[in-house]
Amino acid sequence: MATLTVPDTAAAAPPRIEKVSIIISKGSLDGVYPGLIMANGARAEGIQADLLFTFFGLDAIHRSRHEHIKIATVGNPGLHLATWLGGVPGMSSVMTHYLASKMEKLDIPSIPEFVEMIADTGAKLYACKASVDLFGLDRSDFIDQVEDVITVGEFYDKAAGWQIIFT
Amino acid sequence: MATLTLPATLVELNDEGFFLHPEQWTEEMVPELARQAGIEHLTDTHWQVIRFMRKEYPEKGAGPSVRVLGKTSGVSIKELYEVFPTGPAKTAARIAGIPKPRGCI
Repeated sequence: MATLTVPDTAAAAPPRIEKVSIIISKGSLDGVYPGLIMANGARAEGIQADLLFTFFGLDAIHRSRHEHIKIATVGNPGLHLATWLGGVPGMSSVMTHYLASKMEKLDIPSIPEFVEMIADTGAKLYACKASVDLFGLDRSDFIDQVEDVITVGEFYDKAAGWQIIFT
Repeated sequence: MATLTLPATLVELNDEGFFLHPEQWTEEMVPELARQAGIEHLTDTHWQVIRFMRKEYPEKGAGPSVRVLGKTSGVSIKELYEVFPTGPAKTAARIAGIPKPRGCI
């Protein structure tokens, strides 16, 4: 029979994060991935996670748009690209393509695959009603994994006692 | 009837409960390790994942992530989370006596 030496962590261990609600509000590649990585990482750690997509973040769960999410090459100083160059037609596509190939090498899933995977982990996906109304969308515009279109009040009800992360 | 009491094995774990020396692990330890991880009933699916982790670790030098498990272990992501609700890669690595898989995806 095996015996285990259990480490003494009971003393003053800070409380563990148990539930996170992650809001994705941006529709660019660099705006969407961090929230997805946070949600997926939470589930991998056994932390419960929900995702709320709002404003342009809705594109990440939009049936026809989620495959075409691009990195912004204008107004994105992190790219270290001259503004005039970032504005050259097609530059956003070129940079997105470049980044996608790098991500593929690192085995990072595409946005549609990633969102589906996160839904499979048991995380619930919600769309923000105000944004859905603003953009003239409805439930049928979204991928099947989306649980519901909810109001901000419903969001807070669901997130009661959870950590909320806004991206 | 002759009886023999076999010595208990003292296993060193790190702060997070992962084996410091994966070579100390044996399959006989699995039920107890699983119980420690909150799994009372080991199913074939659990075993499939645990054995897969055990096979991958020496080959790759690290335990597979959930995504890799979903793609290559023969158990889907959905099922992985059903049988290991506290995190499939992490929990299975702990039971399989290998280090915690690192990586953000």
